[in-house]
Amino acid sequence: MDPECSRLLPALCAVLVDPRQPVADDTCLEKLLDWFKTVTEAGPSLLLLQENPCLVELLFRVLKAHDPRPRVLSFSLRLAGLFAAQEDCFQYLQGDSSLFVASAAGQLLVHILALAMRGPAEGHPSPQGCDWPACAQKIVCHVEDSLRSTATLQVTQALNVLTTTFGHCHSPWTQGLWVRLSPLVACLLEKDPIPASHSLVDLLLSVARSPVGSSDCGLWETLAQTLSHLSPTQAGPLALGILKLQDCPQALKTQAFGVLLQPLACVLKAAAQAPGPPGFPEGATGDSITVDTFLSSKSACVGLLCQALAHLELLQLLPQRPSPWPQAPLLRAAVAILRFCHGSAAPTSDVGGHLCAVLAGCVRVQRAALDFLGTLSQGTGPQELVTQVFAVLLEYLTSPDSSPMVLKKAFQATLRWLLGSPKAPSCCDLDPHTQLFLGELLPVLRKRLCSPCWEARDSGLEFLTQVTRHWGGQAAFRHALLASEVPELTGQLLRDPESYVRASAVTATGQLSSWGLYATPTGPEHPEVQQESLFTELLHILSTDSEGFPRRAVMHVFTQWLKDGHADVAEDLEQFVARVLQAASQDLDWEVRAQGLELALVFLEQLLGQPGSRCPYAVALPEAAPPATLAQVLQALCRVQLFEFALRALFDCDRPVAQKSCDLLLFLKAKATPCGGPQEAGASPDVVSVEAALQRWQAGEQGQPLGELEPEAVMAVLRSMDLEGLRGMLAKSSDHMEKSPQSLLQDMLATVGVLGENEADCY
Amino acid sequence: MMALPYITEHTGFTGTVYATEPTVQIGRLLMEELVNFIERVPKAQSASLWKNKDTQRLLPSPLKDAVEVSTWRRCYTMQEVNSALSKIQLVGYSQKIELFGAVQVTPLSSGYALGSSNWIIQSHYEKVSYVSGSSLLTTHPQPMDQASLKNSDVLILTGLTQIPTANPDGMVGEFCSNLALTVRNGGNVLVPCYPSGVIYDLLECLYQYIDSAGLSSIPFYFISPVANSSLEFSQIFAEWLCHNKQTKVYLPEPPFPHAELIQTNKLKHYPSIHGDFSNDFRQPCVVFTGHPSLRFGDVVHFMELWGKSSLNTVIFTEPDFSYLEALAPYQPLAMKCIYCPIDTRLNFIQVSKLLKEVQPLHVVCPEQYTQPPPAQSHRVDLMIDCQPPAMSYRRAEVLALPFRRRYEKIEIMPELADSLVPMEIKPGISLATVSAVLHTKDNKHVLQPPPRPAQPTGGKKRKRPSDDIPDCKVLKPLLSGSIPVEQFVQTLEKHGFSDIKVEDTAKGHIVLLQEAETLIQIEEDSTHIICDNDEVLRVRLRDLVLKFLQKF
Repeated sequence: MDPECSRLLPALCAVLVDPRQPVADDTCLEKLLDWFKTVTEAGPSLLLLQENPCLVELLFRVLKAHDPRPRVLSFSLRLAGLFAAQEDCFQYLQGDSSLFVASAAGQLLVHILALAMRGPAEGHPSPQGCDWPACAQKIVCHVEDSLRSTATLQVTQALNVLTTTFGHCHSPWTQGLWVRLSPLVACLLEKDPIPASHSLVDLLLSVARSPVGSSDCGLWETLAQTLSHLSPTQAGPLALGILKLQDCPQALKTQAFGVLLQPLACVLKAAAQAPGPPGFPEGATGDSITVDTFLSSKSACVGLLCQALAHLELLQLLPQRPSPWPQAPLLRAAVAILRFCHGSAAPTSDVGGHLCAVLAGCVRVQRAALDFLGTLSQGTGPQELVTQVFAVLLEYLTSPDSSPMVLKKAFQATLRWLLGSPKAPSCCDLDPHTQLFLGELLPVLRKRLCSPCWEARDSGLEFLTQVTRHWGGQAAFRHALLASEVPELTGQLLRDPESYVRASAVTATGQLSSWGLYATPTGPEHPEVQQESLFTELLHILSTDSEGFPRRAVMHVFTQWLKDGHADVAEDLEQFVARVLQAASQDLDWEVRAQGLELALVFLEQLLGQPGSRCPYAVALPEAAPPATLAQVLQALCRVQLFEFALRALFDCDRPVAQKSCDLLLFLKAKATPCGGPQEAGASPDVVSVEAALQRWQAGEQGQPLGELEPEAVMAVLRSMDLEGLRGMLAKSSDHMEKSPQSLLQDMLATVGVLGENEADCY
Repeated sequence: MMALPYITEHTGFTGTVYATEPTVQIGRLLMEELVNFIERVPKAQSASLWKNKDTQRLLPSPLKDAVEVSTWRRCYTMQEVNSALSKIQLVGYSQKIELFGAVQVTPLSSGYALGSSNWIIQSHYEKVSYVSGSSLLTTHPQPMDQASLKNSDVLILTGLTQIPTANPDGMVGEFCSNLALTVRNGGNVLVPCYPSGVIYDLLECLYQYIDSAGLSSIPFYFISPVANSSLEFSQIFAEWLCHNKQTKVYLPEPPFPHAELIQTNKLKHYPSIHGDFSNDFRQPCVVFTGHPSLRFGDVVHFMELWGKSSLNTVIFTEPDFSYLEALAPYQPLAMKCIYCPIDTRLNFIQVSKLLKEVQPLHVVCPEQYTQPPPAQSHRVDLMIDCQPPAMSYRRAEVLALPFRRRYEKIEIMPELADSLVPMEIKPGISLATVSAVLHTKDNKHVLQPPPRPAQPTGGKKRKRPSDDIPDCKVLKPLLSGSIPVEQFVQTLEKHGFSDIKVEDTAKGHIVLLQEAETLIQIEEDSTHIICDNDEVLRVRLRDLVLKFLQKF
């Protein structure tokens, strides 16, 4: 600890134990703890305590206080824990009503237990604990008492302590601990309702993940028993946890999977008009408890369904997901749920009627089901089911009642299913079903782009961008799109009153244009006026739009165009880069300026001949003569005023811009130097004026232009600048000064210093 | 409202009609438009023989299915409209209107249209709420007053949305998108509508939308004999508007943006298609005009003008008519037909929230609301679900509302109140006897001081009418308290009665004085002394009983 901090520490400790002083907020105490952690890791804690007796005093007084403030108590306990990790010797506290204190006390207990067991009891102590150290005995007895308690709070705390224990300690003694405590845990299952079920699930999963899990000890039986005892909603997280375990008995996995599938099985059963095709595997037949939950209340029904959908969605993405995966019934269930929500299902059963009433128009379930349906697109399904999926998606996309969020999800799910749909076997074009669907989808998209709700227009545009990105080259898609009026509407939305929509329209038109799918619109207002090219229009947005989002989107499109060698760009590359950089350099939004640097970097890489690049310049440059090439490149960079842009950005008040510029110039310096390049220009007048301008910029006078630049002068300036040093400085976060422990201690003292002043005022 | 002249002019009605001012003004506009439309095309003769039931049966559908055709009436005249409106007394929201002292009636904002009301009918101890077309959505009128509906004994619920599955927001979206797509392709849009109501919201929505959709050069025409008045009236009913619009009045800015649409020439209005309109008419355009049934009014011309081209679109927004039936005479039709019924009245989800909030003891509603719509029998969410179940009624059914009137409030005059001397008989409960004259007039009851006991009057003085009130008898005090039997027996013994026997009965006790052959029946609310013609004994015993009771 540096001496300045040591000097400040006693005053701070005095403040913390003084009940009259306002305690700094939790964040300060958290920061303080972080700092103590680094200090204790750096050197022996004992020395620290000896050098700073105020710390011991603090712990002592806080623990002895009759009515300690929870924040300070929590802080002190955790501080004590930090020291205890090396020293051992602290008493414990538990049962405080404050969540923070209880949690801290619990963690402390675990540390102490682990410490106590580390020495003599290493190895395989007996479960009865007769050979356990007294301290450990005391803790375990306390936990046992708590587990037997009728107060849920106490049970919860005991379970939490155990969860932490099994999560952190993997020594053999934990096995003994489990053997000793598992009967008490099993007893909890006999109670009705099961107390602290959430914590119980956490504990069981924690044990199952620990080495105890691999050595059986009746754990699997307990898990199976718990699964069947908990309510469907409580059992969900446990089932998911079990299915995530690496090795556990197949029977248990089947049971857990059954729990997750049950709500959906219930839906399928309720939706069935007649006995349908085989549904879910055994164990997931929609049992009566699930049905009861469905019928009990709307919130219970919605909660259970959303939970099941979310869990199954997570599970599907995991490598250890159950196999065989019941793709077809899951698809059917998702479609059924969506139909219930939409009011288009016509169930005959009572449960079905109830679901209909509860789910009609329920946005929460709609969102969850659409997300889930989207994930299911990774698998396949029988064609007739896939047709149903597309039909229900189309229903949602068409329905005027779909809320903006639901519509967005429907577009996302549709995109996933479209991209996952198989290609026609004969050629690489879209299969006939997909083509048919596109025929129905595009008029809907067209209508959504005309929606008065901006969110609908926005998600329509996002969908268009994505689908074009993937299918811009597919003949069938191109044909359908060009016949649909959608590209013209997209162009129209470049002038949308909502900035988010303008931004999405920029991205969409950029993407369409990349694939040659964008014809400049002729609006109904001025059909006679010949419109300018899209590049001009986007450049206009970049220079005039009052909102940042559209301008950022334009920069992204331009960068992409440059990378792709877009026809409009290739026509006159230098002109393109020059105009874009000029517009970006004056932008008030730092992201636009940063993206300008990104574009400049792409340009630079293309000029300097990245291997495999298809930039027209790179082809044109004779590779055999690098120095001459470099000179040409530098000339080109001067012509497009890239240096002025980059150098100005170097002193940008926004750090990311400066960092990016620094990287760019370093890249250029590295590329230019090994080739020799133009000889050093010495202290030519050019350099002097450049350096003078840079100094002014650095001082904040950014108004001054740099004027015409000579490549030699630029290289000379670059060589003379300490770019590496600058990069190092920029890499430090802007608040590195404010983050120091010294500053923290001063801040905390400053906030409490008010008290002293007030006292003085009283005189 | 549209049927008012039939009631006031044709049934011998002599009463008063209560309505808010916008209801009267806008109602007049709607009726005026209707009369104008009908009178424009006078019928030289009218057929009535077909209404004969035997003939009607043989006619093709839908004529043969028409119900009660004999009761169909001709449309009223403007004279009858004016006469009907003259019987209306204007009322304001929350104004209390006394009806014969029996009940108080109060209109409350129902949030559905300018001046639309729900009504509270209450006496001192009972409250009935009548909920008609109401809306919880934020549109142009003042929001619905829900709080005042609380504590109702009965809530009569009518006027729910006709299209419970169509969400107005979604429908407005459909309306705008279809409008834009049609116009963009060079087609015209026809919106059959009433001259007031949803049209204000549609115009407001279009006002925000047309620029974003690049439609600012497209003309919007509003054609109705009352178009001008409707647009102008709506702007002056400031106190009946939603808060947002009210504040605009003070800016000063017109509350509805259609004023700006008119100023910028984007919206033009005409009384009919003749005259100025034919000079200004430009296509593609959007036309709002009536009548939404497509049977009369200027809309008929546009249906015939545009029906043949698939570029054009007719968009139905009024929920009152089946659009398929409206279109039937125009078939085959090339123009596109879009059905976006915009009905902002309460749907079943909103009703269930409202009932939870207001908590009436009983709900009374039309039978149709208590079961799912016949076409969607599985949609159990499309019905009223409340506890206790709603009481339903059918057309023309007479219902006994599920409550009884138990109490009346009686006022007591101050001088009479002054004369009372309450006596505390239990902590917190005081009693006083009142001798007064109950004066009842117009269902109001007042206790007035009794006339002074008749005094010998000077022979010369003429008797005044108030002196005719009969003299009050001298008041006997009232008794309260209970008689403890044991103590009573002791007292009797002390006063020389012997051979006393006490029997317990279901209602109290009987004290038997065997010697005197006398019975004293003591019950909770009465005491009887039964002795054989011995008045002296009875009085003695009575005085002993009275010792145990309090008098006041």
